[in-house]
Amino acid sequence: MLTVADLKKGEKATILDFSLDSIPLKLIEMGCLPGNEIALVQTTLFNGPLFVTINDSSIAIRKDTAAAIFIEKVV
Amino acid sequence: MIKVALIGNPNTGKTSLFNHLTGLNQKVGNYPGITVDKKTGICKLSASQKATILDLPGTYSLNASSADEKIVIDILNNPSNELYPDVAVVVTDVEQLKRNLLVFTQVKDLEIPTLLVINMADRMKSKGISIDIEQLEAELNTKIVIISSKKQIGIEDVKQAIIAYDSLSIDRCITKEKIKQNTITNPELIETLSAAELKKVQHRETIVRYQFINDILKKSYVVDRTKATDLQAKLDRIFTHKIFGYVIFGLLLLLIFQVIFEWSSVPMDFIDGVFGSLADWTKEVLPKGMLTNLLAEGIIAGLGGIIIFIPQIAFLFFFISILEESGYMSRVVFLMDKIMRRFGLSGKSIVPLISGAACAIPAIMATRNIESWKERLITILVTPFITCSARLPVYAILISLIIPGERVFWFFNWQGITLMLLYLLGFIIALLSAYILHKTLRIESKSYFVVELPKYKVPLFKNVAFTVIEKTKAFVFEAGKIILAISIILWVLASVGVNEKFNNAETIVATAIEANGLNEVQEKTLQYKIQRYEEILLEEAETPLTPQEIDVAITEKTPELRDAVINDEIAALRLENSILGVIGKTIEPVIKPLGYDWKIGIALVSSFAAREVFIGTLATIYSVGSEGDDEEGNTIKAKMQSEVHAKSGKKVFTFASGISLLLFYAFAMQCMSTLAIVKRETNSWKWPMIQLVGMSVIAYVAAFISFQLLN
Repeated sequence: MLTVADLKKGEKATILDFSLDSIPLKLIEMGCLPGNEIALVQTTLFNGPLFVTINDSSIAIRKDTAAAIFIEKVV
Repeated sequence: MIKVALIGNPNTGKTSLFNHLTGLNQKVGNYPGITVDKKTGICKLSASQKATILDLPGTYSLNASSADEKIVIDILNNPSNELYPDVAVVVTDVEQLKRNLLVFTQVKDLEIPTLLVINMADRMKSKGISIDIEQLEAELNTKIVIISSKKQIGIEDVKQAIIAYDSLSIDRCITKEKIKQNTITNPELIETLSAAELKKVQHRETIVRYQFINDILKKSYVVDRTKATDLQAKLDRIFTHKIFGYVIFGLLLLLIFQVIFEWSSVPMDFIDGVFGSLADWTKEVLPKGMLTNLLAEGIIAGLGGIIIFIPQIAFLFFFISILEESGYMSRVVFLMDKIMRRFGLSGKSIVPLISGAACAIPAIMATRNIESWKERLITILVTPFITCSARLPVYAILISLIIPGERVFWFFNWQGITLMLLYLLGFIIALLSAYILHKTLRIESKSYFVVELPKYKVPLFKNVAFTVIEKTKAFVFEAGKIILAISIILWVLASVGVNEKFNNAETIVATAIEANGLNEVQEKTLQYKIQRYEEILLEEAETPLTPQEIDVAITEKTPELRDAVINDEIAALRLENSILGVIGKTIEPVIKPLGYDWKIGIALVSSFAAREVFIGTLATIYSVGSEGDDEEGNTIKAKMQSEVHAKSGKKVFTFASGISLLLFYAFAMQCMSTLAIVKRETNSWKWPMIQLVGMSVIAYVAAFISFQLLN
């Protein structure tokens, strides 16, 4: 299954699910919920954190967190 | 008085609204038992009515998973708590309304009258947002006030709505049946459930709340996406760029530090001068005696030692708050996370590390938003390695003493390069020790990293100014009392004699000079003073002086200068035989391998209270401060230059001992105020003690190796 970590810069996707154990509650509170749109805006060197937008909010998350959010790409 | 609680997500302009409502009538305190700042203020609502406003910490929800976070929910659940509000004001950002309403529904479900403030209304048009206010008010069962904190629109409306809080409905948004188990109305669950269960419960609650919010916003909130501008995205393409992002950050830092030192030097010289003259004035006006000396040399000098740092601290926080207000700081946190993580730190550690360049005390307080306890602890432990402004005067005098001032490249000189290397060294040792702590500390704590990257905006002057005032005040009071207390203790230790030599210092020195005249060092000092006098004479003369006139003036002045040298000698002999002198002599064997004598020993001991005391202590030891010469720095320098070891007659301040001292000051934990803050933030004496011992050992070893190699 695809995760946010598989997205390329500029790509958009719909959140399908996530593993609750691996993502912080704060991210859920910020709107990371199934059905919402997520887009990858910027990456950093050496697999550093990712800059994503969820519901028009810009949020930085680490790669391991991104890999716990399952998605379906929007074409 | 109406009690108001201000609640909202970070970056919604909640603090701006708080500043508009209360002006400078603000107080920052602590909630009992925990380290969360409690900000309160008084607001004049109308001619006859006032409100106390409690600014609760910015939060995305009221969900709590720890005792620190539980404080808010405990207050809001307990009508008998003295902080329990009559009315809650939830501040939201019009562009992030959906996300911001989450916390609103939680507050509303506590059955507290809740007012909804929608901020940044000035942006609605350009973002193509339209809201059906009446519809939304009906759905949420509340009153809505539209404001723009930037343009100061709607602030009066907020006040009027607060006055009329009685008319607000206290019905819940979401009925009890929909969320049976929740931590908002049943906060005891936070302690009874396991961490995993707690998260599940809060997760389910969040989903239900978002369903409710989505449903109502569908009816009342419309965004015309074609109107959205992409300036924000363009800015982010530059500022968070893989390579340019770092280049820009580096240049910005360089610029900021350059400007801080440049701007601070003028007020700092001014403060230095004012306190110098104040001390002299006190001595002149008050009757001679112990109390006058305590006031002039202990208290006024001590106060000066605190106030002199205000310009640097204020400027640093000026820039930091601009970086934070503009939204840029979050981008730096994002850029730096991976690099910092390698050393066991978080991207968020960058803010404390930068603030540490002014003062470790506010820097350590700024670690509170690092979620992972291990990352936060490591940040607290290594921050004091960063070169703070208190080290600067010590560095400055030592560098000018041992490093030649020649220019190497067109505007670099060796002294400047050394100073820069010392800054770099502090940063490197901070990272290295962080790495070692990361590998050795066995602390289980999940490292999460979720940072909101708020929209870029032009900082509001009021917010920046208030932050600067607040942080500077905190420094003056937190560090100030300790520095002041230490100055007084030091003065007392230096003023109490242990033997007869102390009491008879005057006769001893007088007899010696009568018998043998001035010794070599005294003669040199006298010559130096004469030279300085001549320079001042030439500078101040309105018409050019003839050589004869100069000779006459110098001959006239020489007895006075000679007396000054003798008085210095008396003061030095007194100090040697005071409690402080005995302490210095006792530790001499320990510091000898580092290249120091007992006088430096005294300065080191007093520096454990606060580093900047070093120069003051040396001034006392070499008894040059007593003269009130405005070229004091030069006088101390001259004294230090001519200082020799009593037995061997070799110079005390050589390249080797100078470097050894520089390294010692770079690494040693010499700040009681920092230790006190670390104790408060970590809630135990264990960590400050580890810090004290660890840093002192590193300092000793580095100083030892450098002196032995270079000597």
